[in-house]
Amino acid sequence: MTEFDVATAAVQAALDAGARYADARVMHRRYESMSARDGTIEELTQDESLGLGVRALVGSSWGFHAVPDLSDAAARAAGRRAAAIATASARVAGPPIDLVPSAPTTASWASTCVVDPLGVALSDKGDLLVRATATIREHGADLAEGLYQIWDTAKWFVSSEGHRIDQRIRECGGGISATSIGDGETQRRSYPSYRGQYGTTGWELVTSLDLAAHAAQIAEESRALLTAPQCPAGETDLILGGEQLALQIHESVGHAIELDRILGWEAAFAGTSWLDLARLGSLRYGSELMNVTIDPTIPGALGSFGFDDEGSPAVRRDAVREGRWVGVLAGRDSAAVAGLDYGGSVRADGWSRLPMVRMTNVGLEPGPHTLDEIIDATDDGVLMDINRSWSIDDKRLNFQFGCEVGWEVKKGRRGRMLRNPTYTGIGPLFWRSMDMLSAETVSWGTPNCGKGQPGQVGHTGHPAAPARFRNVRVGVRA
Amino acid sequence: MTGSELDVAARVVELVRRLAGPDAQAEVTVARHQLALTRFANSFIHQNVDEVGVAVRLRLHLGGRTAGGSGSLVDADGLTALVERTVAAARLAPADPAWPGLTPPTAVPPAPPTDDATAQARPEDRAERVRAFVAAVGGLEAAGYCRTSSRHEAFANSAGHSATGRSAEAAMDGIARTGTADGVARQHADHLAELDGAVLGARAAAKARAAAEPVELPPGRYEVVFEPAAVSDLLQKLAWYGFNGKRYAERQSFAEPGVAQFDPAVTLVDDPLHGSHLQFDLEGTPRRAVTLVDGGVTRAVVHDRRSAAGGASTGHAMAGSGTFGPLPHNLRLLPAPADPTTGSGHPAASRAGVPAGGSVTGAVADPDTAALVAGMARGLLVSDLWYTRVLDPKSLVVTGLTRNGVWLVEDGVPVRAVRDLRFTEAYPRAMGPGAVLGLGSAAVRQPDRTDGLWWAAPAVRLASWHFTGGASG
Repeated sequence: MTEFDVATAAVQAALDAGARYADARVMHRRYESMSARDGTIEELTQDESLGLGVRALVGSSWGFHAVPDLSDAAARAAGRRAAAIATASARVAGPPIDLVPSAPTTASWASTCVVDPLGVALSDKGDLLVRATATIREHGADLAEGLYQIWDTAKWFVSSEGHRIDQRIRECGGGISATSIGDGETQRRSYPSYRGQYGTTGWELVTSLDLAAHAAQIAEESRALLTAPQCPAGETDLILGGEQLALQIHESVGHAIELDRILGWEAAFAGTSWLDLARLGSLRYGSELMNVTIDPTIPGALGSFGFDDEGSPAVRRDAVREGRWVGVLAGRDSAAVAGLDYGGSVRADGWSRLPMVRMTNVGLEPGPHTLDEIIDATDDGVLMDINRSWSIDDKRLNFQFGCEVGWEVKKGRRGRMLRNPTYTGIGPLFWRSMDMLSAETVSWGTPNCGKGQPGQVGHTGHPAAPARFRNVRVGVRA
Repeated sequence: MTGSELDVAARVVELVRRLAGPDAQAEVTVARHQLALTRFANSFIHQNVDEVGVAVRLRLHLGGRTAGGSGSLVDADGLTALVERTVAAARLAPADPAWPGLTPPTAVPPAPPTDDATAQARPEDRAERVRAFVAAVGGLEAAGYCRTSSRHEAFANSAGHSATGRSAEAAMDGIARTGTADGVARQHADHLAELDGAVLGARAAAKARAAAEPVELPPGRYEVVFEPAAVSDLLQKLAWYGFNGKRYAERQSFAEPGVAQFDPAVTLVDDPLHGSHLQFDLEGTPRRAVTLVDGGVTRAVVHDRRSAAGGASTGHAMAGSGTFGPLPHNLRLLPAPADPTTGSGHPAASRAGVPAGGSVTGAVADPDTAALVAGMARGLLVSDLWYTRVLDPKSLVVTGLTRNGVWLVEDGVPVRAVRDLRFTEAYPRAMGPGAVLGLGSAAVRQPDRTDGLWWAAPAVRLASWHFTGGASG
């Protein structure tokens, strides 16, 4: 049996058991990660996983079942089981469910990959991490860590509406960090970001990062931070580097525009959203510099794909246009509930998990400035970059972020380094205060977005560039 | 899967011998896992999943080098491919002078009893609990989940050690929503039968109604009573960042064994066999209770074989612990001795999630918490914490928010519901000597987001908690 045959058998069995709609995904994933510490390899892990997940809609109720077995009998049993679970869901049924149309599609898609990351010799990949972490130690840090991760996923999707789509998505990335330990606290500097940079791309991404060349600098900065002055407390102009702004977008825009949250489907765990669907198209989210897109078509960005896990094709959409909220991340059922006409943002993190609304690439379009121009234009402020901690409330309003490093900005010049920089605010007030935005955009990859019960880990991308925000509270501490 | 988990594990050990030679050291776990979760929101079941998984994990030490491999393919070809790629990876890996060796043949204690009804729970069993929860919130909106899971696992290594075990557990976690406030009820159990959706729903609803129309309070330091759900967050952070043997060895932990770092009221025990749990870890080391803090004095951190560095593993090897370190994950904050005058601390209390004698009447839902609140002249009663993240791992400064109900308490009485607050606080300092003003006498076991992990704690009264922001920023 081919993978399509397996998925088809599962879908048919679900229909035969009473489902009015069913879909199935066969997924095969190879994963490899290597971590290094202090100039030696710490852990090398390789995983291979293969299985089938079936989703069935009976009446207005969903059921999902997943098995690690691709035999015909197992596939049919899984389809029947998914329908039975959906029938059990009907004991506490909700309103009628529709699915917005998704044209039946037969297609094949693969991400661009120049250098197959699983084809690169382990010894070469290990040497890269060993060399970088040894350099970090040689330059004074107490702990040196390096990590890369690789995912190579093939999936075959079949729906009862006629979809038949296969995709191969290769993702990878890596990074290094230096930690210095002082009296009662630690200081960390990472390159190119916390946990590294990731993309839907080949090993060429990791090569381009040139980790070893940045090892000495982060080691020395982590050591210097131990004696740097504390970030002052109070209100000031805040300049964020692109990496930190990417996480700001992720937390205070990306999650807030997830339609399942807006509809209350995540209320007990991930939370809801401060956004009210009645104000879609009119709500002022941020300043006129704020143009946010939902774009799974960006080549190489971590949230890119050809089709989502409901068979909807990748389409670029506006989420915020000139500061006005105009779009959401949606699936076929949530869009129908909201009266919208598009899904396209539903993914599962593996064959065993239910597809749900997830971010793709959610990011800012470039602005008109450069980071140097922003600093030049700032009389008194703080520049912060590289995330160290993140926390936001269950409506995605009240946030507090910590960064690895800050710099004083006085009279248009970057000054001394500041330690323990933090800032806090309320999402829409913060975004309305953005008055300068750089054109130096990078699509930062976030490989660790948690959502769902059971938990799923999503891969998302966030185009972002340095920006300035006025009158932000900084320097919060215990 | 053909054959038992132990058969498969033995087959992998034999494959390693055949493909890598008699000197290869191999340890193998084979786990068959079923996880089912019935999720509800807006008072109906909107997601309902049931997954069956198989995972084979192999760690191999060959010629002084180490590599790990895992997979879900358990047929002959799949197992052979797993061994071949792990052998190839080990041959290419750098030298591993710190290889801790294999666990020798060791007696493993008998597994705690496993409830078959929980292991074999049907979707209808979970749906009925959800229906009871939804009915009990009395017209409020309800959201949450009911979860059951089971695991069969076998361990074998090339030193001749082997073990098998099984476990099952259940959890229910739900909120009731008024439109301006939420109330929560959450419970973990070895037996699905212990989870009463109606009791939990009624408790969540009472708290939600009591939390309605909250006012905003200025940030600052407040005395607090944390309910068990909030205390579980403290335990998680202390476990991950403090009692982690690897972080301790790297001087990234606050822990200093032998030093009175906590209030004398604090005794922390990692106690995996207190509930249904596998009785060995990923390296085959038997699990046992480990006292981490005794009467306020830090006593130990936990180890796998590698972090023990020649000492004794405490049975805390888990997937990924080579990188992030071994973690306590069945941590109990021991409650105060029962007070016969209040009736709290009844054995049924921790099973039902509501201490005996408690009435579901609002913000203070049980006499255990009531006793702590009654002693507070002015402070806050906090139900739950949310999105807590570490600013500095060594001092364990954490920021996060309150969630699912906060009340201002004056003269021992909750007088107003309060809007959620942001805090920035050093957890060990907040529980330090003189900082714990009272403990409840009944521990409630709280589920972790990952099945197999849980945190058990009574309500706690703390002298000071630093709230650094409110709903307005």
